[in-house]
Amino acid sequence: MPKYKLNVNNKNYNVTVEAGTPLLWVLRDNLNLTGTKYSCGEGLCGSCTIHIDGKAERSCIVSVEEAVDKKITTIEGLAENPDHPIFKTWIELEVSQCGYCQPGQIMTLAAMLDSDSRPSRKEIDNTMSTVLCRCGTYHRIRKAIDKIVEEKQ
Amino acid sequence: MSNSVKQTRREFIKVVGISGSGLILASFIPFNNVLANVGDDPKIFSPSVFLKIDSNGIVTIIFHRSEMGQGVKTALPMLVAEELEVDWEKIIIEQSDADKKYGNQSTGGSTSVRRNWEPLRVAGATAREMLILAAAKKWNTGTSNCYAENGFIINKSNGKKYSYGELVEDAAKLPVPTDVKLKDPKDFKLIGKRVHRVDTPDKIFGKAIFGIDVVVPGMFYAALSRCPTFGGKVKSFDAAKAKSMPGVVDVVEISNGVAVIADSTWRAFKGRDSLIIEWDLGPYANVTTEDIRNEMLKHVKDEGAELENRGNINTNIKDEIKLDAVYEVPFITHAPMEPMNCVAKYQNGKAEIWAPTQNAQDAQNETARVLGISKNDVTVHITLMGGGFGRRLVNDYVVEAAEISKACGKTIKLTWTREEDMKFGFFRPPSMSVLKGSVTKDGKPAKFYHHVIAPSISQMRFNKNLKAEESDIADGTIDLQYQIPNLKITGTLIPTHVPISWWRAVYNSQNPFAVESFIDEMAYAANKDPFIFRKEMLPSDSRLANVMNVAVEKAGWQVGKKLPAGKGMGIAIFSGYESYCAQIAEVTVNNNKLKIDRYVAVIDCGIVVNPDTVEAQLEGAIVFALSAALKSEITIQKGGVKESNFDDYPMLAYDETPVIETYYIKNTYKVGGVGEVGIGACAPALTNAIFAATGKRIRRLPVKLI
Repeated sequence: MPKYKLNVNNKNYNVTVEAGTPLLWVLRDNLNLTGTKYSCGEGLCGSCTIHIDGKAERSCIVSVEEAVDKKITTIEGLAENPDHPIFKTWIELEVSQCGYCQPGQIMTLAAMLDSDSRPSRKEIDNTMSTVLCRCGTYHRIRKAIDKIVEEKQ
Repeated sequence: MSNSVKQTRREFIKVVGISGSGLILASFIPFNNVLANVGDDPKIFSPSVFLKIDSNGIVTIIFHRSEMGQGVKTALPMLVAEELEVDWEKIIIEQSDADKKYGNQSTGGSTSVRRNWEPLRVAGATAREMLILAAAKKWNTGTSNCYAENGFIINKSNGKKYSYGELVEDAAKLPVPTDVKLKDPKDFKLIGKRVHRVDTPDKIFGKAIFGIDVVVPGMFYAALSRCPTFGGKVKSFDAAKAKSMPGVVDVVEISNGVAVIADSTWRAFKGRDSLIIEWDLGPYANVTTEDIRNEMLKHVKDEGAELENRGNINTNIKDEIKLDAVYEVPFITHAPMEPMNCVAKYQNGKAEIWAPTQNAQDAQNETARVLGISKNDVTVHITLMGGGFGRRLVNDYVVEAAEISKACGKTIKLTWTREEDMKFGFFRPPSMSVLKGSVTKDGKPAKFYHHVIAPSISQMRFNKNLKAEESDIADGTIDLQYQIPNLKITGTLIPTHVPISWWRAVYNSQNPFAVESFIDEMAYAANKDPFIFRKEMLPSDSRLANVMNVAVEKAGWQVGKKLPAGKGMGIAIFSGYESYCAQIAEVTVNNNKLKIDRYVAVIDCGIVVNPDTVEAQLEGAIVFALSAALKSEITIQKGGVKESNFDDYPMLAYDETPVIETYYIKNTYKVGGVGEVGIGACAPALTNAIFAATGKRIRRLPVKLI
């Protein structure tokens, strides 16, 4: 059985799983980092979004071996700074309803803002439209992003 | 808080809590950091099952319903806290298990706040009055000389005060009063405030535990293979390959299929994929959506069973302008972001269940039934839910998990894949609506006839002999507030083997689409502005007319005004769940490409407990209903569901969501439902706007412009 060395939220882990195991299930079942959510398993909804070397990736379609020697950040890692403007604005505007997709929304947005602190409307639309929300919090996500981007300037 | 904690460092005295069920609660220690630091055994005062106050002054409010995003884990405790006069920031909210001592725990039908509005306030007020009496006795004064504020009872004459914690022992010895006085709405301090949701920080930090996140010591992971057709079953199976897969520990057959148990979710999935199963596809193996649709079509010319009759629909009216139309909606599914799942532990004749369920007592009953044990031996823990929308009112996934646990003798977490969630749902039934109507030459409504043809959830789930008159299929078209002199509503039930169940607003999602679209058609036939036509049919002092008037004002609807080419506004109204809602949609259609620019929604739900949640529910309802109107359709083919994931069952996305403006009416009417009332008017507002923009009348959902 192959062993993989992973760096998640600045901690090193050794996991023993089959090659091809999606990183999502390694995070959830092996490392008990359940903030990363399973929803579609096909890279269609964005609920499982994490950062790999700073880029937003869908952990349900990234295999464990692809993640070796890379820096992985999950929502728990981002939440080590609860004062992150995204968290503060999300609470202030009460964006969440059921909350299940929100880690994916937040990780997707955080990666976008890290790469471009002044994203265009089109860039925001394209990026955020990849993450589905069944409760319909899009309207508040838009308000929150507008506020965050405005306050950065 | 710190004062009261210090004062409770004394010898433990057992106090009998006078709870509603007569239980001795003295040994119960709520788990939290404050108590852990004190290291003391607190005494508990619990005059109701909904709250407890310990001698350290810690107030715990029991939340007995299910939180799926609608915000009741915040709203219900607010009702208790309002009457109890406590510091909202300091209370602890504890999710209850399933237990009939809480009354009805089924979380559906927009009932949580309106059904608990009185019981929870009474619970808070009862405790408050008992604490006041306990303090009055200590001071040797009358209760009218004392009042409660912010966790203290205050003596009016000398300003002295006791914290609630200091009064716990004395209050617990008092008889529970039966006629407490509730606060006048004008004195509310918490109800009506924009209170932050109590569960938001955990949810956004990734710490919240949904059903799918539950981990129990010694737990294994299960995946289940089910027959691809409705009504089919396992004929035979070969588990040899699955059992040889890494991490697989067992394969068991249960009534609904074959389960693989492994040491991780992924390994359970892989093991399940390796099963070789021969299915008996059952009697419906070739059924398609078209077959079911044809069944409905057969009845389009029928009269239908009479459900409501005003005036005489067959009367002769001179020069009436007649019109008729057939409206139609498909099967659709809930698709909450968190797929179905459940943790079950069956051991020594007892079961423990951790379930994201909207219906915990049913989960308890169903588990007991399938395991053949007493429901007193079944504990159901209610977890957070990644959306519900009605899907989790049915506990099929709980039954499956319980059966698997018993069959393999292990604690297991059953996780469904998205594909299984799509294919093995309990679907919102399809329906056809036959509408006939007429208007007089001078533009007044004369006749309205609506024949609803649909499978009935109440018939299919509870009583196969149910008649149309006793069924649910006409919800949303019965008791219309429109004053139309001649009106008749009829119904025909269509039996179906496809599992059907409640979906956010259910028939109140489909009948208003037909009604409000056809009313629009009648307005055009009468050569009237659609707003004016509606307004003239409603009593001017009605709450429904009021929300419509406000929506018209907020949206800038101008009577009789033609918008630029390709632009259109549509109006629709709905009343239900003891609430009222009007919506106005604004769209642009260019080369058959639809863009929804804006929605204005106005709600009157009586007293508003938390304005922020009411607005959020309206915003969410519009997105949910737009998704259904524009995209959703479940197709039955080869006896099963064709769709499998979000690529072939798409949902509204961020960039497709219009600007949404919500408004609520401030009044002191009885509190109404909020979660579903925003659904009914949404689809017809959209299709009426499309008609205004293009002249094309959409009579079948999902919307197709070409």
